[in-house]
Amino acid sequence: MNVIEASALGKRYGSTWALRECTLAIPGGHVAALVGPNGAGKTTLLNLAVGLTDPTAGTAAVLGGRRAGSPAALDGIAFVAQDAPLYKNLSVADMLHLTRNLNRHFDQGYAEARLAELGVPLKRKAGKLSGGQQAQLALTLALARRPRLLVLDEPMAMLDPLARHDFMATVITAMAEDGVSVVLSSHVLAELERVADYLILVSRGRVQVAGEVDDLLARYRVLTGPAAEADRLAERPGVVRAWRGGTQAHLLIRTNATTYPVPPGWQAHPVSLEELALAYLREPGAAARPGPARGRDAEPSEVTR
Amino acid sequence: MTALTEPARLKENANLRPVPWRRMAWVTWRQHRIALAGVAAFLGALAVYVWIAGLQLHHAHAAATACHPASPACADLITNFNNMNNFLVGGYVLQAVPALIGAFAGAPLLARELEIGTFRYAWTQGFGRWRWTLAKLVPLAVVVAAAAAAISVLFSWYYQPYFATGNQALSLSEAPPLAAGLFGLRGVAFAAWTLAAFAIGALAGMLIRRVVPAIVATLAAYTGLALVAGNFLRQHYLTPPLTSNPNVPGSALVLSQWWTHGGRFAFAGQPPNDLLMRLCPNAPAGVLGKPLHQTFFQCLAQHGYRTWTSYQPASRFWPFQWIEGGWLLALSVLLIAVTVWLVRRRVA
Repeated sequence: MNVIEASALGKRYGSTWALRECTLAIPGGHVAALVGPNGAGKTTLLNLAVGLTDPTAGTAAVLGGRRAGSPAALDGIAFVAQDAPLYKNLSVADMLHLTRNLNRHFDQGYAEARLAELGVPLKRKAGKLSGGQQAQLALTLALARRPRLLVLDEPMAMLDPLARHDFMATVITAMAEDGVSVVLSSHVLAELERVADYLILVSRGRVQVAGEVDDLLARYRVLTGPAAEADRLAERPGVVRAWRGGTQAHLLIRTNATTYPVPPGWQAHPVSLEELALAYLREPGAAARPGPARGRDAEPSEVTR
Repeated sequence: MTALTEPARLKENANLRPVPWRRMAWVTWRQHRIALAGVAAFLGALAVYVWIAGLQLHHAHAAATACHPASPACADLITNFNNMNNFLVGGYVLQAVPALIGAFAGAPLLARELEIGTFRYAWTQGFGRWRWTLAKLVPLAVVVAAAAAAISVLFSWYYQPYFATGNQALSLSEAPPLAAGLFGLRGVAFAAWTLAAFAIGALAGMLIRRVVPAIVATLAAYTGLALVAGNFLRQHYLTPPLTSNPNVPGSALVLSQWWTHGGRFAFAGQPPNDLLMRLCPNAPAGVLGKPLHQTFFQCLAQHGYRTWTSYQPASRFWPFQWIEGGWLLALSVLLIAVTVWLVRRRVA
């Protein structure tokens, strides 16, 4: 089952397209990370998926074909927006009560146990909690709804490293124990490798790369060799990006085969998720998977499978 | 998820029962009790003031009407009633009450959610965003309208002495029930205006998405609507009767007055001073700006002038109340429907 499916999805604000011709399918059972620079369209895509906004073009479906924003979709998705908005004048207990009243399912016992574990007092006003506690409260409210999909928009942006670690630990636990699928957006690459097992790179409102992390990492190599030969090799197909460091040049290449013919004098080594993401973010025009509208996609794509 | 369980799950989704409406009661109460308490405190303080001032006014009126026979002491009592002065006089200040309720209870309702971003929480819960909006707007609108209806009963009581039938004969201050300042405070109009102000506030908040500008816009929109209704619209609810009888009752709302001479239009409003000097030199002078004295009517009538008055009689108070209440209710329902539609349509 695909937790999010977009087909030629587009959203325009005024004359600016925040997202356009976005076609992707995020399979369930993953922690899928939506990565891209600020303004790439990540938040727009997530807002469309949770039904906070309607598409200008195309369609968005969630949880195996439910229309985004429909009652059935809202019932199965929990969303934590950027900066974890809460009613600051309500106590933690009132926020639980509020969320319980607004949803068909709410696991009060789970929520109270988790907040006790985290040391979040129920009587305190939500606005008086630390940033990390507010994020944890928002996450607890979301998970207590027992969603099948958890959508997190920039969950780590406001958190210090410790709070970030605790937050993601909660997410991973929920996924492991309850089988919740997770889609999160981030422009922070650090720690992503530890958390995400599915990656979607977006830039300028379009999807550049999408796939399972292990799969992606297996299909990319970094070649390192003399700078003098870099320009000639950079012309070859499959080169995503070339960059230089002193006398050495580095090429990020995409390969379908497990072995790649390494030119003499060059060395191939595996790529890290951060390197891969950075390379694509620096080359906003590159796309491993051209959109189907352009119809020249010869590469088998796990995205549409 | 296997292919076998998929159809079963879809079927289950089709029968998904929505979260019951009654669950929003606690939510609305918890989130708006402070606003409601503010409205209650404001109206309560106003009610206490109106009650105390009303007792004095009623007392003064009773004393003036009970005084027989006419004497200088009675004249003092009449002057005393006519000079009862506070901000309630004429009802103009109280016209601001619905505007304030609309601006401070109605406008922030959606504007605050949109301004601080909590709509991203509220509108992604299972309840659904348009139901959430409706479940907040309707009960709150009913509550503020009911509170306004309650206090307008007190206003009606307060202004009663000005509508007493014997006032004209005793030269006590009198007000037409249809006068711009007082009409909107009594009957069903006050509750209807408060409801409309609340609905204007809610829509302004949804459109503007920021609390302070939405409050300002609500005040401006309400003021504009109230001025247009009071000065231009209300007098046309029913065709005004036209009379050549110079003795139009003081309780009627006079729309216009003009004179004819030999079947042709002579002048509108007050007679020009030079005409009076020429035709009626013996009548007492210094009448300009005041209602024409009986002797002038007689004098001008003797010279072939006839007065025509277009007016709304006081007996039309209730028909006018229902007309005004009706269109304001329709407007409020429309504005709330548009607000809910906007919440459903465009966001984020």
